[in-house]
Amino acid sequence: MNWFNTSAILAAAYLAVFLESHLGGLRLLLGAQIDLLPALMAYVALTSGLTTVVLLAVCGGFWFDSLSANPLGTTVVPLYVAGALIHYHRGLILREQWIARFATAFAACAAVPFLSVLLMLTMGAEPLLGYGSLWQWVVMATGGCATTPIWYLLLDRLNHALSYPAQTEPGFRPDRDIKRGH
Amino acid sequence: MFKRSYYVAFGLVALLALLALNLPDRTAHKVKLAVNALYLPMFGLAGSFQGLLEQVSVLVLPRRTLQREVDTLQRENDELRLRLAQFEEAWRENQRLREALQWQERIPWRVKAAKVLGQDPSNWWRTIHIDLGSRDGMRPNLNVLTADGLVGRVSEVGFTRSRVLLVGDPGCRVAAQVRETREKGSVMPSASSLDRLVVELSYLPGTAACRPGHTVITSGDGGIFTNGIPIGTITEVQTNEFGLYLEARVRLAANLNRLDEVWVLIP
Repeated sequence: MNWFNTSAILAAAYLAVFLESHLGGLRLLLGAQIDLLPALMAYVALTSGLTTVVLLAVCGGFWFDSLSANPLGTTVVPLYVAGALIHYHRGLILREQWIARFATAFAACAAVPFLSVLLMLTMGAEPLLGYGSLWQWVVMATGGCATTPIWYLLLDRLNHALSYPAQTEPGFRPDRDIKRGH
Repeated sequence: MFKRSYYVAFGLVALLALLALNLPDRTAHKVKLAVNALYLPMFGLAGSFQGLLEQVSVLVLPRRTLQREVDTLQRENDELRLRLAQFEEAWRENQRLREALQWQERIPWRVKAAKVLGQDPSNWWRTIHIDLGSRDGMRPNLNVLTADGLVGRVSEVGFTRSRVLLVGDPGCRVAAQVRETREKGSVMPSASSLDRLVVELSYLPGTAACRPGHTVITSGDGGIFTNGIPIGTITEVQTNEFGLYLEARVRLAANLNRLDEVWVLIP
């Protein structure tokens, strides 16, 4: 695991939750706040290891729930489920293609709020739900998906700029050396 | 099937989430506040940045505009002082009459200003954070308002911060009455509306005479909200599907979308 990469991802999650709480412009404009964590989880699931997925689900989920009226721990499991599913199938996903990146982010952004609300209803909480929630769900899924390029461009660049490049194998192999003149 | 590592990771995450979800309310509240405290530097930084922006905007504004604003505020201040003198006289008269009738003395409102730090990041709750906590005398159920009307009530109190449930949140139901007709009902969230400024006044008697334009205020029933705080104005009245009672749509007086500063009512 690349610790720098993981730290940068957790810092991004921390900032994302703060921005969601502090900036209300989109909520005013669209009637719903965009959740940035699921799109970040989709990025992490396609680019990092399972440990980073778990760390993001736990830290991001707890941070989100601490600023929200959600029961503590509600967002952790939905984030992990979305991340683990994408991570498990990442061998089949063309992760260099933007369309695949958007599709995975959209799926995560649609699944996480749905699973969170389902979990809360199962536990007996009474969140504010109605016909308007359908619109909010659409905004959360599409809006969250629209933030995909931010994560890929920002975190990829940061990672490339500040971490050591992967060591490549040299073409020379001593066992394949042709000895001449004997 | 999934690899073993996925099951182990899921087990760990699920265990942690289950532990957190099953914590007793008080402990969960304390843990939440502890996690929440991680955001204190960010809220402080955002506050300082906002203050800096305000200072810059004052520097950029032309002197003439500022002078005009000062004149307007001075005029408004004079008018309010006149009104206050009038109300003070009425208040004294009210106290004398209450004393004569041996009614309970009416306690004047004491308020404390609070800055709004942030909102609930999720879409299914309507809450805000304010910068007053237990060190400032905050406690659950204190009424929160603006100059325009009721905002909500304090729900969770930390040392330096508190969470406020806004009117329209499922956890904040308000006993209300129509000022003009004195009919009583209960203010509930309106889930069908995306507009955060629209709530429903439910359980009005079937014979109620209220109509659009009437003002809704807190009734004081239930013991949480002080009576007489403006809530909003009725925009629509309709019978509920069984015709047992009336429901009214109410547009809130306080603009919950643009809350920078609120007042906490301390009894």
